[in-house]
Amino acid sequence: MTSGNCIKIKYFASLREQLETSQEAVSISGPLTLAGLRAQLMARGGVWADAFTQTPGLRASVNQEISPMDRVLSGGDEVAFFPPVTGG
Amino acid sequence: MSISLQENPIEVALETEQLLKATSGAGALVTFMGMVRDLPQEPLQQLFLEHYPGMTERSLEQLEAEARGRWPLLGVRLVHRYGTLAPQEMIVFVGVISAHRQEAFQACEFLMDALKSRVPFWKKEVSASGSHWVASRDSDDRALERWKYKG
Repeated sequence: MTSGNCIKIKYFASLREQLETSQEAVSISGPLTLAGLRAQLMARGGVWADAFTQTPGLRASVNQEISPMDRVLSGGDEVAFFPPVTGG
Repeated sequence: MSISLQENPIEVALETEQLLKATSGAGALVTFMGMVRDLPQEPLQQLFLEHYPGMTERSLEQLEAEARGRWPLLGVRLVHRYGTLAPQEMIVFVGVISAHRQEAFQACEFLMDALKSRVPFWKKEVSASGSHWVASRDSDDRALERWKYKG
């Protein structure tokens, strides 16, 4: 396995706390969308299954741009999952 | 540099002075300052502001560029804090300079509406009874809709 099919995932705010994870690296094989990645993470079960379903309006970004769930991922991408933003 | 992300308190007089000094032809300066609001039920002890380093700066720069593309602005300054804040402390400062007031009012309002819905900040309120993440408001999304901004 090379770093070419590895993606970095970051989690923020309530999602980060529920998952007790702020970032990790996972390897992907073949075409995968954001929705597909989310399904893979939820399939871990336990808090992973709960956290994603219990975050209303869950957002995701790819390479620091907010992206729709049908966005296709590539090796080297930086993905983030987070609740709706509340700054200002 | 017209965007700042900082842990330290915002110095309004200094920000305003520097913005005016860097601008020529100014006819109007509109500013907005957002404060840490107390809770309705019990005293707020502190507000924790989390953000997404890298994406936050990038999003703020995109908003500034969008505002400059929409209105003939002579100066823009956006300062947002992160970390731990006390009640009544300033969270955000926006200053916009234009030749006439209308553009500066509109750009300032656009910048705040877009910031509220698009820039990756998250607030957590801490009080004696515990802490909780602030929920987003539908009214913030509606406020952005009128600007037809998809960024």
